[in-house]
Amino acid sequence: MALSAPARGGQARTVNTSSDIFLTWGVFGIQLGNLIVIVAMLAVFVLALVLPFPGSRGRK
Amino acid sequence: MTAVTPGQERAAAPTATSAATATPTPTATATATPSPTATPTQPPAAEEDRTWTGRTRRWLLGKLPPDKLLPNTQPSYVASWIYVLGMGAIGSLLFIIASGVVLSFNGPTWYHVSALGHFVNSVHLWSVELFFFFMVVHLWGKFWMAAWRGKRVLTWITGVVSFAVSIVAGFTGYLVQTNFDSEWISFQAKDALNATGIGAWFNVTNFGQMFMWHILILPIGVLAIVAFHVVLVRVHGVVPPLEASETDAQLTHPDTTGE
Amino acid sequence: MTKHDSTHRDDLDARPWAGRVREYDLFKELAIGVGVVGVLVLALAAIVGSPDDKTITLKTWATAAPADFIATATGELAGTTDTAGYGPPYTTTAGATQTLGPIDLQSMSGTRLPIDTAKDLVITPLTTLGAAADARATWAAASDTQRTDWATAYGEALAKAPKGDPAKVAAGDYGPVPELTATLQAEAVTGGVDGAIQQEGGVFNFDYTRTILFLGDGQYFPGLAAGMHLTGDQWGMMNETGNYPGQSWLWLFSFWYQLPVIGDLPNADLVVVGLMGLLTLALALVSVIPGLRDLPRLIPLHRLVWRSYYRQR
Repeated sequence: MALSAPARGGQARTVNTSSDIFLTWGVFGIQLGNLIVIVAMLAVFVLALVLPFPGSRGRK
Repeated sequence: MTAVTPGQERAAAPTATSAATATPTPTATATATPSPTATPTQPPAAEEDRTWTGRTRRWLLGKLPPDKLLPNTQPSYVASWIYVLGMGAIGSLLFIIASGVVLSFNGPTWYHVSALGHFVNSVHLWSVELFFFFMVVHLWGKFWMAAWRGKRVLTWITGVVSFAVSIVAGFTGYLVQTNFDSEWISFQAKDALNATGIGAWFNVTNFGQMFMWHILILPIGVLAIVAFHVVLVRVHGVVPPLEASETDAQLTHPDTTGE
Repeated sequence: MTKHDSTHRDDLDARPWAGRVREYDLFKELAIGVGVVGVLVLALAAIVGSPDDKTITLKTWATAAPADFIATATGELAGTTDTAGYGPPYTTTAGATQTLGPIDLQSMSGTRLPIDTAKDLVITPLTTLGAAADARATWAAASDTQRTDWATAYGEALAKAPKGDPAKVAAGDYGPVPELTATLQAEAVTGGVDGAIQQEGGVFNFDYTRTILFLGDGQYFPGLAAGMHLTGDQWGMMNETGNYPGQSWLWLFSFWYQLPVIGDLPNADLVVVGLMGLLTLALALVSVIPGLRDLPRLIPLHRLVWRSYYRQR
């Protein structure tokens, strides 16, 4: 993907028309929607590992 | 394994048929001393069935007998929520296909002008998000279980390939939204494809080409590779625990309950 | 683990399971899976919905940012825009391709989607629309050098003018370029140029390459994208408009562009694609990569997955 004009020359007018929430920590930035999805994935992974699985009936 | 092999099933048949045709007919006379095995008028037993169809059936039933294809038991170690994530991905895929079919009825721009269309588009988006969600967590789980062990390498590889093909399918979906996002993504993505020479044949700014890839070629690819992956899982079964040993109680005393 | 143990273990892993089993219902699990996913999908679709930001057209652009439109059209005439100097598959520009040592896949693919920016994006649309006939005739009669000189001079003058305003450009020898570009902008405002460029591919043209490249050569369209955090240095393709989650599964692809040591390379795209190709291959072949394949043993998360099994050994 090409870096856009603002990234290359810093001359493009960045038109702030968007209502998105973009979180930044120093050099790291992430869009809120993606952050929620990624955190949820990690949470589901951890929960799938630690939550007890319902005992199965009818063992042979 | 309790499955009856095709050969066993067939072995009983000639006897019964011979008894039924024991009345004096020209055919019966011709075979005065019917052997317990096949007579010339009988279909050949499975072992001797050398037709392509017969061989294929024998091979398929050997690889994947019905109780393996549609199991009603699983090894006792299959007891974790980590095992349900693959099914979550398959469930999501069904919703992707269903919502995609509904979107297809009215074409790619319908959802801009119809509330129902927009809702179906939302269903399509969220089933894709959940598909990748479940697939990725499933992948993490299988990695930490080293699920490629025991001749399951191809199962693992088909899983990775289905992930890769799904990414391309999802990407082409973003390209055919016919909105700002698809305009921008096509503009941005062209460079990586052009730099590798692929862009000359797979032109992301050509809506018609991307549309056909998204609604025909890639869905066939995803469905085929996912189906193959699932069949391989059924053929090889679920990978045993790491460090499982022949002396484990669950192997030495398979008939007792562990709890 | 001894060699013998290892072989032994492979047998256990590969053999059909002969130990204890539990009841399992494949179809019930499928039904529950479809049900749970269905509830989630329908709830998210109903409550959160999906984004749908309207397309940007040449008309939108020419209306909202006329000076940028005219400057870009001038660049297309001068051959100074990104598209004009892109190299394959759009132009034959020498030395414009991304290479990795002797590997030049971009050149190997050839100029399969040729674009002559001056002709395809400016002159032909004006011809189709029957506009600026005198200026087009002057342009057609001029030599290539003369054309480039006019357009380059006008482009530089526009850059120096206050806010790039064509009305405030210093006087100079720009030939027909001011009229060509101003007319194109005026026609674009009516929506005519969108149709004219699209029609170059015939009535049933599904190919938007020319329009999208033209939009991308300006500053308005990329500026909108930057405002929505969609550009390459903002994790680009991962992101969706608004607050909707995007293609988060592309995080690693986007990640490399965030590292200046890679993102600033002239062949960044080729390096990143190559890197991702290798990493995907490594993921597929993890079972034969020493170290990587041993991670599950070394970091025993599997103890959690199979804890009931290990408890009952």
